[in-house]
Amino acid sequence: MTTTDTTGVDAPGTAPTEVAPTQVCASTPMGYGSMRRKEDARFIRGQGRYLDDIALPGMLHGAILRSPFAHARIVSIDTSAAEAHPKVKAVITGETLAGLGLAWMPTLSHDVQAVLATDKVRFQGQEVAFVVAEDRYAARDALGLIEVDYEPLDAVIDARTALDEGAPVIRDDLDGRTDNHIFDWEAGDAAATDDVFARADVVAECDMLYPRVHPAPMETCGSIASMDPVTGKLVVYTTTQAPHAHRTVYALVAGLPEHKIQIIAPDIGGGFGNKVGIYPGYVCAVVGTIVTGVPVKWVEDRSENLMATSFARDYHMRGEIASTKDGKLLGVRVKVLADHGAFNGTAQPSKMPAGLFHVFSGSYDIAAAHCQVTGVYTNKAPGGVAYACSFRITEAVYLIERLVDVLARDQGWDPAELRMKNLVQPEQFPYTTALGWEYDSGDYPRTLQKALDIAGYAELRREQAEKRERGELMGIGISFFTEAVGAGPRKTMDILGLGMADGAELRVHPTGKAVLRLSCMSQGQGHSTTFAQIVAQELGISPDDIEVVQGDTDQTPFGLGTYASRSTPVSGAATVMVARKVRERAKIVAAAMLEVSPDDLEWEKGRFQVAGDPSASAAIADIAMAAHSDLELPDGVEGHLDATCVYNPPNLTYPCGAYICVVDVDAGTGQVKVRRFIAVDDCGVRINPMIVEGQVHGGLADGVGMALMQLMAFDSDGNHLGASFMDYLLPTAMECPSWELGETVTPSPHHPIGAKGVGESATVGSPPAVVNAVLDAIGVRHADMPLTPAHVWRAMRGDPIRTDLAID
Amino acid sequence: MQVPAQFDYERATGVRHAIALLTRYGPESRLVAGGHSLIPMMKLRIANPETLIDINDLDELTGISITDGALRIGAMVRHAELLDSPLAVEHFPILVDAERVIADPVVRNRGTIGGSLCQADPSEDLSAAFTALHAVAVIEGESGRREVPAREFHTGPYQTVVGDAEILVEVRVPIRTGSGSAYEKVERRVGDWAVAAGGAALWLDGDTVGEVGIGLTAVGAAHFCAPQAEDFLRGGPATEERFAEAGRIAAEHVRPTADQRGPEDYKRHLAGELTTRALRRAAARARGSEA
Ligand SMILES: Cc1cc2nc3c(=O)[nH]c(=O)nc-3n(C[C@H](O)[C@H](O)[C@H](O)COP(=O)(O)OP(=O)(O)OC[C@H]3O[C@@H](n4cnc5c(N)ncnc54)[C@H](O)[C@@H]3O)c2cc1C
Repeated sequence: MTTTDTTGVDAPGTAPTEVAPTQVCASTPMGYGSMRRKEDARFIRGQGRYLDDIALPGMLHGAILRSPFAHARIVSIDTSAAEAHPKVKAVITGETLAGLGLAWMPTLSHDVQAVLATDKVRFQGQEVAFVVAEDRYAARDALGLIEVDYEPLDAVIDARTALDEGAPVIRDDLDGRTDNHIFDWEAGDAAATDDVFARADVVAECDMLYPRVHPAPMETCGSIASMDPVTGKLVVYTTTQAPHAHRTVYALVAGLPEHKIQIIAPDIGGGFGNKVGIYPGYVCAVVGTIVTGVPVKWVEDRSENLMATSFARDYHMRGEIASTKDGKLLGVRVKVLADHGAFNGTAQPSKMPAGLFHVFSGSYDIAAAHCQVTGVYTNKAPGGVAYACSFRITEAVYLIERLVDVLARDQGWDPAELRMKNLVQPEQFPYTTALGWEYDSGDYPRTLQKALDIAGYAELRREQAEKRERGELMGIGISFFTEAVGAGPRKTMDILGLGMADGAELRVHPTGKAVLRLSCMSQGQGHSTTFAQIVAQELGISPDDIEVVQGDTDQTPFGLGTYASRSTPVSGAATVMVARKVRERAKIVAAAMLEVSPDDLEWEKGRFQVAGDPSASAAIADIAMAAHSDLELPDGVEGHLDATCVYNPPNLTYPCGAYICVVDVDAGTGQVKVRRFIAVDDCGVRINPMIVEGQVHGGLADGVGMALMQLMAFDSDGNHLGASFMDYLLPTAMECPSWELGETVTPSPHHPIGAKGVGESATVGSPPAVVNAVLDAIGVRHADMPLTPAHVWRAMRGDPIRTDLAID
Repeated sequence: MQVPAQFDYERATGVRHAIALLTRYGPESRLVAGGHSLIPMMKLRIANPETLIDINDLDELTGISITDGALRIGAMVRHAELLDSPLAVEHFPILVDAERVIADPVVRNRGTIGGSLCQADPSEDLSAAFTALHAVAVIEGESGRREVPAREFHTGPYQTVVGDAEILVEVRVPIRTGSGSAYEKVERRVGDWAVAAGGAALWLDGDTVGEVGIGLTAVGAAHFCAPQAEDFLRGGPATEERFAEAGRIAAEHVRPTADQRGPEDYKRHLAGELTTRALRRAAARARGSEA
């Protein structure tokens, strides 16, 4: 573990520290290092193979008719004109599905969700009917021929009114439902927390909304279902981050035999959590192939993706933080109103209705903390935690990092000093938080100091003061986050009863080339490269000689897939363990080759050699050939080197990072320019530093987007006001500064190679840094995301906007 | 993927041919230029024309030149071409300012000047820029050509004076000495439509405003212009105080509507702020003293 070298905020007069960009290795490294991604040659040449690139013989096309209303009773559906269309092969409604027992499907959160609406529609964009036709034009034309008679009902749009007396009851399909309440859940010690608040010198409170946002991957969701009428085997090509979980869910939902289901995830054009769950369209495609006897493809369009698939966040939080008058943090507590939409479909460990939100004490040594979360139904799309959030840690980090800034502002303290004073110290690890998490490792003060050094913090504050004199608005925002990734330990975490473990299988062919089969699934993270590098590091086989297979359930071992930054912590560990198993087998074979006892052999990267006699050695490729040859092996030893393993993580890993954002604000228009962004990440050991930086770049851009422009509001009728990329803005390179990255490395003590996840770190850590910077610039205590020009201007006038509702 | 409904397709070979086709297919036919407004609307099935008449082969509608003391811009000139035009830079930098903030390079490579004006989106940038410049639109129909001032071109949101069987052929901007012009836009993100935008053109006689044009978009300014502010400035000194006052007057007369880009008060504020900023920069350019 790296040790601490300095504490305290940088001395006045320090100039920024330059950061050099990562150098890419000239040749393929035998193990870790910044090698170019093996998959990129294919992608750059346009040779990716995404779902919509796949055409099966005789394939038909599906399209979904969606509800224009947020809440309405379905009086009748007339499909006769659509059925009469010459190119239409089938029209499926909720009634058809009800006959098959498929009108409703279970969600990942102990609820049910309508596949196609039968009784009511409960959000705008909800699935009402499915047309199967010869081509997608005809399918779309036929949607216009279906007549649905709706009786509109009052909608619940403002989550803060969902529990009001007399609010329309959304889920009257559930027996005995008389309100929109889903759950109450709490964590931490309420009495101890109340106690520190009662004794604290200073308390700061703040109401904040982490608004509804959408993952918006470049590729939308879709599926091709193909039931072979002869063998009875169902093959589903689908945009999934978790192919094995999908297979099991199809088996459980549709009653299909699991060994007759094959899920194939082709290349995935971005997931960010959007492609974890099973959507009604996927189920409709399966029903479509069963009904028609030929493959059916369904691919949603952009508006469907934004309106109906997993959103994220939507947390209304009332947070409080307590400290001594010297700025020692004592306690934090929060009440959350969680808007889960019309069906409770959040994807998270079963026993945790608010996911991992209870890491909200953040990176600070805080004695007492408590949260109380209430989930409610509203007439909006279901979903809940998707989008690079590590199961609600995004909300948790935003809460604590905003509260710390609010406290600093109220008391006139420097936000960097306040953080530095309260960070968990390196010698406190493993550190158990007031909420019961055991943080594995970290050197928080050094990480923050490094960010302050790169930023030239004192210099920036001086520049800000000068600018203020001239009436120019400049802001500096800090956030320090602790992530909790790699879910998760079997005893506490499961999804739909499935333990959150992952498998790996490694075959070494006679010529020493290898195939690694994984249960996780890349959506752009570079698994083909990183995982090959792990094997290379362990076995001395070049990454160029290792094929990484993922996404096909017939070819890969069971496991829960890629989301919540869990691939490297879980599948990465499985890969290490399986490579080490192979090495153990290789050792026995090498001993037979060299005619010595295995105990006399030493592993030198890529070869076993006889202790004390380096000239007597066998390289892994030779061992592989020998393992398949007629070489006589000791009794009881099988040939071949192949191995499999399952990795059950003993704990989560806890990456951290210190982020600093510098903005300029145009006082006349409210426009924000992100001038600089410094990100120092600690994700433990870096397997491919270039890929790590790429993950951080993407997450930072995401954070700028959420903080400044991503707006998914609803008007009072429940119309979705962010249903296209004209309305729901994603950031471009023009809104992003040249990121300034740094790193500290504190390996995870319980992970076999000390690696932690990094996929979501920047998405989790960056929004509060941007928001803190903007509010610092305009001298406002709080305003919710997104800080669009209009919102900044309004906030400056003391009249901030409710960003979850229509602006009127 | 969004897919349009079925339509027929014709490729016009000349302006007369295009007009003949429009006449033949009637009001359910539409010209397609760059297609960057029309085709997305067709995919969303907001527009469902029965016939598309493609005018991309019409060389008569291309080119930027100086003709008869005016800058002439063909209707099929792409945004990218106007952005890069040395003539525009020299005579009317407002056009370059505006082009720089219209959409993105992909849209600018195909989208046309004529398509922009005829689409008549209430947030369209060039409508405001040409309004500020007192430009003239040249429209051709069966009975020949007619000229319409930019300020009379739009009759409402998505509506223009161009008839069903007519075609916009070019835009002309008279060149006079002492001019300076500029465009200011607030967008939520690069490539976004304007939250509000304003353009100004000034023709100075020494320090006096000889002629002035102010164009505003996305703020509900009738015909994209601010005549009260122009009247206030015309004939007076070109000073910072008067530009600020002109901004105040312009803001008073707009009728913005709230949407997710911003509330009404903010858009009204921007109408004033951007008018003042555009006037300031236009004056600096007219004086050759732009910072
Ligand atoms: C992503 C995106 C962002 C955009 N952002 C902006 C922006 O910020 N600011 C802005 O101002 N615009 C913006 N636009 C609009 C863009 O400028 C227009 O789409 C484009 O310039 C219209 O021109 P076109 O050639 O593509 O028109 P088309 O789509 O081909 O046609 C538009 C309409 O004009 C008619 N038409 C076209 N040419 C003629 C003619 N010569 N005579 C008569 N009628 C004609 C067509 O029949 C049709 O009704 C954006 C567009 C997109 C797609």
